[in-house]
Amino acid sequence: MKSKAISVQRAVEMIPDGASLMIGGFLGVGSPNRIIDGLVQQGRNRLTVIANDTARPGVGIGKLIEAKLVRKVLVSHIGTNPETQRQMIAGDLEVELVPQGTLAECIRAAGHGLGGVLTPTGIGTTVAEGKRTVEIDGQVYLLELPVRADFALVAARRADYHGNLEYALTARNFNPIMALAAATVIAEPKEIVPVGVIPPDTVVTPYVLVDYLIEMERTNGR
Amino acid sequence: MDAKELIARRVALELRSGDLVNLGIGLPTTVANYLPPGVEVWFQSENGLIGMQALPAQGLEDESLTDAGAGFVGAIPGACSLDSCLSFGLIRGGHLDVTVLGGLQVDEAGRLANWVVPGKMVPGMGGAMDLVTGARRVIVAMTHTAKGEPKILKRCTLPLTSVRRVSLVVTELAVIEPTPDGLVLREVAPGVTAAQVVAATEARLVVSEATREMPIIETGVSRTT
Repeated sequence: MKSKAISVQRAVEMIPDGASLMIGGFLGVGSPNRIIDGLVQQGRNRLTVIANDTARPGVGIGKLIEAKLVRKVLVSHIGTNPETQRQMIAGDLEVELVPQGTLAECIRAAGHGLGGVLTPTGIGTTVAEGKRTVEIDGQVYLLELPVRADFALVAARRADYHGNLEYALTARNFNPIMALAAATVIAEPKEIVPVGVIPPDTVVTPYVLVDYLIEMERTNGR
Repeated sequence: MDAKELIARRVALELRSGDLVNLGIGLPTTVANYLPPGVEVWFQSENGLIGMQALPAQGLEDESLTDAGAGFVGAIPGACSLDSCLSFGLIRGGHLDVTVLGGLQVDEAGRLANWVVPGKMVPGMGGAMDLVTGARRVIVAMTHTAKGEPKILKRCTLPLTSVRRVSLVVTELAVIEPTPDGLVLREVAPGVTAAQVVAATEARLVVSEATREMPIIETGVSRTT
């Protein structure tokens, strides 16, 4: 079996300047923090980030914003990160705001091979501007199009050697959805265990979706 | 009792045992502290949890168990975690019984604006648009005025969160129900007259003899199940 495990450094080397990245996490909870630190260290720039939010300065995706590595974000919320708002107002960062449920569904649509989703969310609001609507059984829906990316950077509680992933509580959030919607999927598990340790029923992301696993940090001095 | 506590206590009376409830950040979160005795509801957090409860004690924080503001919380037996699609499927699909949200403005058609003040405050809508569009009942918990200016208007001047008519508006002065016939003044707070509510409201209010005094329970129990 060819191992999927690679170092953070190698993972980041695969990501070019200007890449589009889906990054899991909700205000930093369930974000792949070692990859984010690697992106900052290697100074990847002009990135497009698709995520729920931009966390806070110094936390998760907030580190990429602070380091001015991001050109555009597609997110549902920036209220917790004043630096995102500052760069947006200064014209240095393009911010596209999307309702959270719509963002999740647009990512899911891309990953599941759908041409879009029809949602009532946003009808009659500024979100609907410039978008097509479809009427079904008397109800008007907004047509929202699939969102995909070059890379999905997902955080997981555990992976097995094949790359099957399980998640922890609210650290799950967008991670399993993003794992279907990018050309290359890099997973950062907290633990890598032998195949079979994660029972089939608790695997959330099947190994076929995962291209690379970030290898463990050696913390016991060896 | 200050205005926000009064609002939270009154909103808590709207919850029924067995309800799946999503509380917004800020004032709405405090509704959990005032559930009437015997009422047990399930709290959903849109970041992916059903069965949220307050963190039982300091020192028990789990970095993967958080609310929608990234604060540490606990979970009750029977809790389950959800990815963001399932979480919003519950919200948008009509499976969430009640959402309680803060508000910047509500208009005569019962439409809520609560996500942006163009040029001043652009936090983003987060889950608000999905919650207002999809929850079975939408309760707006907000102060009646802001710096003396009415927040219940003929027409919202701020961008709308949804065109859906919300179910109930609870303020420190009144309980108002948006209906197809307009905003009906259901209750006034203790010591407040209907005339005072009308004076603090730009939108037309339907005042009737059925308008009663707001019931408030003084002794809520914190039962965040």
